[in-house]
Amino acid sequence: MRLNRLLGSSVFRLALVYLFLFSASVMALVGFVYWSTQASLTRQIDATIDAEITGLAEQFNQRGILGLMRAIQRRADAGRHTRGIYILTDSNFAPLAGNLSAWPDVEPEADGWITFPLDYAEQWGGGINYARGRVFDLGGWYHLLVGHDVRERLLIAGRIRETVLLGIAAVIGLTLLAGLLMSRRLLRQVDAINRTSQEIIAGDLSRRIPITGRGDEFDKLAGNLNAMLDQIERLLTGMKEVSDNIAHDLRSPLARMRSRLEVTLMEQPDSAAYREAISRTIDEADALLKTFNALLSIAQAEAGASRRHFEALELGALLGDVSELYEPLAEERGQRLVVGLDGEARIRGDRDLLFQAIANLVDNAIKFAPDNGTVELSLAQANGRAEIIVADDGPGIPEVSRAKVLERFYRLETSRSTPGSGLGLSLVAAVAELHDGRLVLADNAPGLKASLALPFGAAAKTPAKPSAPPAEAA
Amino acid sequence: MRVLVIEDDAETASYIAKGLNESGFSVDIATDGKDGLLLAIGEDYDVAVVDRMLPGLDGLSVVETLRRAGKHTPVLFLSAMGNVEDRVNGLRGGADDYLVKPFAFSELLARVEALSRRRGGAAVETLLREGDLELDVLARTVRRGGETLQLQPREFALLEYLLRHAGQVVTRTMLLEHVWGYHFDPQTNVIDVHVSRLRQKIDRGFETPLLHTIRGAGYILRATE
Repeated sequence: MRLNRLLGSSVFRLALVYLFLFSASVMALVGFVYWSTQASLTRQIDATIDAEITGLAEQFNQRGILGLMRAIQRRADAGRHTRGIYILTDSNFAPLAGNLSAWPDVEPEADGWITFPLDYAEQWGGGINYARGRVFDLGGWYHLLVGHDVRERLLIAGRIRETVLLGIAAVIGLTLLAGLLMSRRLLRQVDAINRTSQEIIAGDLSRRIPITGRGDEFDKLAGNLNAMLDQIERLLTGMKEVSDNIAHDLRSPLARMRSRLEVTLMEQPDSAAYREAISRTIDEADALLKTFNALLSIAQAEAGASRRHFEALELGALLGDVSELYEPLAEERGQRLVVGLDGEARIRGDRDLLFQAIANLVDNAIKFAPDNGTVELSLAQANGRAEIIVADDGPGIPEVSRAKVLERFYRLETSRSTPGSGLGLSLVAAVAELHDGRLVLADNAPGLKASLALPFGAAAKTPAKPSAPPAEAA
Repeated sequence: MRVLVIEDDAETASYIAKGLNESGFSVDIATDGKDGLLLAIGEDYDVAVVDRMLPGLDGLSVVETLRRAGKHTPVLFLSAMGNVEDRVNGLRGGADDYLVKPFAFSELLARVEALSRRRGGAAVETLLREGDLELDVLARTVRRGGETLQLQPREFALLEYLLRHAGQVVTRTMLLEHVWGYHFDPQTNVIDVHVSRLRQKIDRGFETPLLHTIRGAGYILRATE
């Protein structure tokens, strides 16, 4: 991974912002500590000096100049440990006692405090340092200076400064490193997503984003994106299937129409034959239109767009309408259409599509049930679902083909001779899915038992009650 | 009868116009929404056939503007989109009927005829007659040549619709929509069975048949050939 990519990543920029804020606050904190340490050290030294001067002034008052000189000498001797600085001079500033060779050539402040340079003895490290002290006038005859070497204070200050600088350097270093590492990790995950996206754009729709298994938000994102890709792939496969089927099942009738017209044109027949050819072509075109409309209905149901137009429905009434529409057709073939309603079942759904779905099932049943056979249409309720069952006593569908017949244009060999588009059951399955329901085909021994289960969803189911006579429009 | 066809596809427009001309309508064509709207407002048409998707001003806006202008010309919407939503929006926008492309011309013709007939018929007739057939909507009785016929409720509704459109071709889809109240496409011609049952009751034993099948189109109820 190239460095400038890392440096340009958003995570790294965030790390920099964090670093800046963190360093600023650390510096502010350390600055405060430094300042308050300095202040308290200075106060401590000043207090010591004041106390010493008070003590020495006492000595002078009690024991006179000699006592004072002895006390000063004693303290001066200990000065190498205490860092105390003393000098006592006469009125002409000639040294009388102390560990300072001469009165410093610096004018003291009005309150007697003085800061003066100090030569250091070699054994103390040498060099020039500053001392802080206070001058004191003893009755106009003597001058006393008590000071304190502040090298220690400066040393502490220096050490604090060093520590702070080192600390901040470490923080900067660590933050940069952490920023780089974090950016690298995040970039790696984002790169995986980008790579997969590009591969998909390049045409390989089977690619999926790898999931690390850490269960973090990246895994969740990858999971969601993968689910979305699955959905897209499924839709695309469905679309491809449809276009394949259209190509196959619509091309042949179109080709047939075309050749019939061509042959008619070649034969130069009389107008009655023309009329016959044209009306047969119209019939064929009508069949094509029907197929197109069925495909359109399936596509609509699958797109799920009509969910917004779901309305409250009573399935019993819908079933009643279907049976009323198909009853004469069954009767014409000597079949019995038996309707069994178990109470009311209210659901939300697309009225026209559900009617179409139930009608397709009944239509199929009537088509495949033998003459004088029985077609049963019933509505039951179980497990929060309304179940519409359409059963016939025809040849049924072999178990191996039951999934196949739900595909578009699939027709059993045995039913090739019966009219139909091969789309009826696909539409029922699509309508079932639109309503979060399911179409299950089972053996009716003999015959086919198709059950369309639809969840009640938000609408409350009503208890079974004696069904009222179906309301007629007339 | 004058029909305005607003359709941007020139070929579709011209074949619709030709077919309607053959059927006795005089047709004007507009190829975009704006021209169509101007014609529809300026002239008095019996029916307007409006494509849903038009360049410039779309079909829905044309119908809405037309209605706001106080024009009540019946409108048949044509659309390649068969969504429930489109149908609902179209009808809500002021269209009177809706036809999804691709359609059979006979379907279009039947609907245009039904719409052209609807015009001005504010008062709904309650006594319908065709030849010697008579249907009393209020008394719910049907008589032919003085003989009372017994019809099932749905057969009655079917006959009432056919009588209201007597002399016009009525398609199976129109019957499903208006007599059964469902927009759907039956796989088999289940309607035919209902119609032939009705035919048994109203035509059997009478000299002249009233209910005729028009091949590739639908049915027509008329007393004269």
